[in-house]
Amino acid sequence: MTPPHYFCTIASLSDALRVGKVSSLQLMREVIARTREVEPRVGAFNSFDEEDALAQASASDLRRAEGRTLGLLDGIPIGLKDVIAVEGQPLTASSRMLANFVSPYDATVTRKLKAAGAICWGRLNLDEFAMGSSTENSAFKPTYNPYNLECVPGGSSGGSAAALAAGCAIATLGSDTGGSIRQPASFCNVVGLKPTYGLVSRYGLVAFASSLDQIGPMTRTLEDAAIVLGAIAGHDRNDSTSYPAQVPDYRSAMTAIRGPWRIGIPREYFGEGLDPEVESAVQSAIAHYRKLGCEIRTVSLPHTQYGIAAYYIIATAECSSNLARFDGVRYGHRSIEAKDVNELYFKSRAEGFGQEVKRRIVLGTYVLSSGYYDAYYLRAQKVRALIRNDFLAAYRDVDAILTPVAPTPAFRHGAKKDPLELYLSDIYTIGVNLAGLPAVSIPCGFTSAGLPMGMQLVGQPFREAELLAIGRAYEREHPWAERHPSL
Amino acid sequence: MQYEAVIGLEVHVQIRTESKIFARVRTGYGFEPNTLTDPVVLALPGVLPVMNKAALDAVIKAGLMLGCRIAPVCKWDRKNYFYPDSPKNYQISQYDQPICSGGSVEIELPGAARNLMGEHRRIPLTRIHLEEDVGKLNHAAGDSLIDFNRAGTPLMEIVSEPAMHSPDEAFAYLTALRTVMIYAGISDCDMEKGQLRCDANISIRPKGEQKLGTKVELKNLNSISFVRDGISHEIKRQIALLSSGGKISQETRDYDGMTGTSQALRSKEMAHDYRYFPDPDLMPVKVDDAWKDQLQAECAELPFEKQRRFFEQYRLPYTITSVLIPDRGLCDYFEKAAGHAGEGRAQAVGNWIVNDLLREMNVQKQSLAESKVRPEHIAELVKLIDEGTLLSNLAKDVFVEMAATGMPPAPIIEARGLKATTSVDELERWCREAIQSNAKSLADFKAGKDSAINAFKGPVMKAAKGKANPKLVDETLRRLLAQM
Repeated sequence: MTPPHYFCTIASLSDALRVGKVSSLQLMREVIARTREVEPRVGAFNSFDEEDALAQASASDLRRAEGRTLGLLDGIPIGLKDVIAVEGQPLTASSRMLANFVSPYDATVTRKLKAAGAICWGRLNLDEFAMGSSTENSAFKPTYNPYNLECVPGGSSGGSAAALAAGCAIATLGSDTGGSIRQPASFCNVVGLKPTYGLVSRYGLVAFASSLDQIGPMTRTLEDAAIVLGAIAGHDRNDSTSYPAQVPDYRSAMTAIRGPWRIGIPREYFGEGLDPEVESAVQSAIAHYRKLGCEIRTVSLPHTQYGIAAYYIIATAECSSNLARFDGVRYGHRSIEAKDVNELYFKSRAEGFGQEVKRRIVLGTYVLSSGYYDAYYLRAQKVRALIRNDFLAAYRDVDAILTPVAPTPAFRHGAKKDPLELYLSDIYTIGVNLAGLPAVSIPCGFTSAGLPMGMQLVGQPFREAELLAIGRAYEREHPWAERHPSL
Repeated sequence: MQYEAVIGLEVHVQIRTESKIFARVRTGYGFEPNTLTDPVVLALPGVLPVMNKAALDAVIKAGLMLGCRIAPVCKWDRKNYFYPDSPKNYQISQYDQPICSGGSVEIELPGAARNLMGEHRRIPLTRIHLEEDVGKLNHAAGDSLIDFNRAGTPLMEIVSEPAMHSPDEAFAYLTALRTVMIYAGISDCDMEKGQLRCDANISIRPKGEQKLGTKVELKNLNSISFVRDGISHEIKRQIALLSSGGKISQETRDYDGMTGTSQALRSKEMAHDYRYFPDPDLMPVKVDDAWKDQLQAECAELPFEKQRRFFEQYRLPYTITSVLIPDRGLCDYFEKAAGHAGEGRAQAVGNWIVNDLLREMNVQKQSLAESKVRPEHIAELVKLIDEGTLLSNLAKDVFVEMAATGMPPAPIIEARGLKATTSVDELERWCREAIQSNAKSLADFKAGKDSAINAFKGPVMKAAKGKANPKLVDETLRRLLAQM
């Protein structure tokens, strides 16, 4: 049985659009209808603009009719996390601070998606300012996991993962600072790719932690991830940290690259706290690679245990400065009670930011303070260098590293009240951000309770094509993402 | 007790670039408020800075001209503080690795008289770093309005060592620094437009003491004369305070040039913790030797070096150079004119420029570029005078007409019939008549009274209607007198 269009891949839909089996307008209408149907239960969207999306779809159909189709993404609805700027659309970061903010400009990824003909569709929910791992920290509403509405979809790109899993978009973009694409992808049975730091422009991404943030695709297959990545990657003169490299055709490159590969299993990632069902799912993926003739090697990333501390120092330090611009002066929430400029700052920020954001700003302000800088920020940067060296040393012996994405599958709403407990669940994903490496979360099975699980492949800098190829060697025989939620 | 003041200056100079330091928006002064902005300047969510290379070029050039060490890498830091004129609530600046360090500024202290060169000294620099300017707050009745046009203008901060000891020295330092910046084309340094701003760190100590006293930072010295007055006022305030048994507290004070008073802004305890850290949005920029060499080649000659060269090459007196040197354009004009005029005439050219040209420009309210007098015309004028074709007493009028019309001197002289007589026969006849009609002076001259020759010159000039070349008259008279 062929699935409904809204559950199809970009690759198959672009074929269908090409041969005229479906029009972009029809596809968009089906996605809108699906969204209207399930969104009240999933809560993945902060907002969506049907009229605008239908206009984009019509424009795509017109291009196609005139033989001016822009490529594989032309006419495909792609959902955007509500931290990525789209001209004329709200940009809220799921914060009261920006509840009424409309972006007057396009992010670079938005500009590129539009240039590829994609339909920028919807503003997807997240943990406020991308700070969180469950999308419970949205100032507006929580998002629910389509595979089990009592569970969280993960975070911070929970809206992007849930919308895709629920069939409310064909692909989505998320952002990943410490696992914010990969962990929700693993919770929602989709592919989530965090590219190498610098591969995708951050211009127009509401900054959380500048040295860690990357935008990346969330898709149904690795092939789709390759297509979207190819559209959004590349040097950007508006982002000094974007890397001036040629962007390959990831889709054809990933099919050209063949194994067998040497795959590293980091000893430190399989210890205490790892859910047995997740561990066994990852172990069977390892077995699959062994069966394919890959060499499986145990590697060591000895500074893993310091990762969480280093990450929460660097990320909060950067966020304390990045979020200083939200002051009620030029835009965003402004307290009406302020009597002078200091009160304007205090009250606007007190009212505009949520608890978790405030916690991180306070922590980050503290670690940068005079007298503490060397002990915290500077030392964290040294740890960061050691963690990166750990990975680079491992890559002398292996081509990629295979790990779980998160220690557990999706947990229940409200189950993790202690912020520290949530921070600790980032253990397998943050090292990748600290080291600036590419990594992809790939569906690798379901728990006995029917919750999706994911495995993480970590690759070498700017070798996304190889990473996708290695993943594809598993995905081809384990197409878990084809199992859709019943909503 | 005798006290000695110790002064260090922090000077901010706006760099003249087309666009802002981290955004693709033009810079400018006097535009409609908030028109020189874009999402980056306004720090909208998601925007990122991208460095303007021209700003870095300018600060490296300044460093090279002032003999600074240039850092191998340009590194950016964030200076965090909340203020409404700062759109990001942090300023992108340089903290622990300024792009330039060391170096010095050569200054000239006031001479004993206007026409005497003063003592030269070198004021050592601590550092020069690059940063972005902030917007401007305009306080209206009950309202404060912000104009972000200035925000993001490239700014360099030049920090001197605490090595000056008098308001005059600080004044000379600022003047010299300003001239270097203008020479280098880095900034116009118009203090009224805020292109150059100055804060001073001032302390006093008993004369002979090595230990520095408690320093006070004096802000808002926003005109060259306020710098001298403000520092002078602060030194007096500190001496009075110490003399009456008081104590100087480390603080920042705001100087009001209109009233000549200052007020405490904040004490040391209230000082900001700027929480500096490397800006993760900007990659460090490598400054290699090839880049530095290229900028070195573009560096202008320093003002005092030019002055020394003018002494040497053109034998100019101090008084002329002291007018020319502050204005690089005028120096270039002079060199062009002197070149056309030829050997031995530079001083005359210089005199015409600093006296007559500047006077005419002043009368006409013209800039040098607007003046109609071309340097080769001044050269020609000097030549004509020197060769005896034009008498210097007539030259002033010729120059006024040159300035009014833009014509070269020759046609003016021709048209007005001012050409000195050169017919030897005629001149000889006038001379002979003059000698013959004044027997007494002839006798005096013969008796050895050389000055008696002057008595013949009047009648000759009268006969020539003022157009005889005095040199030639003198020669002719002597030749004839020798024969008698």
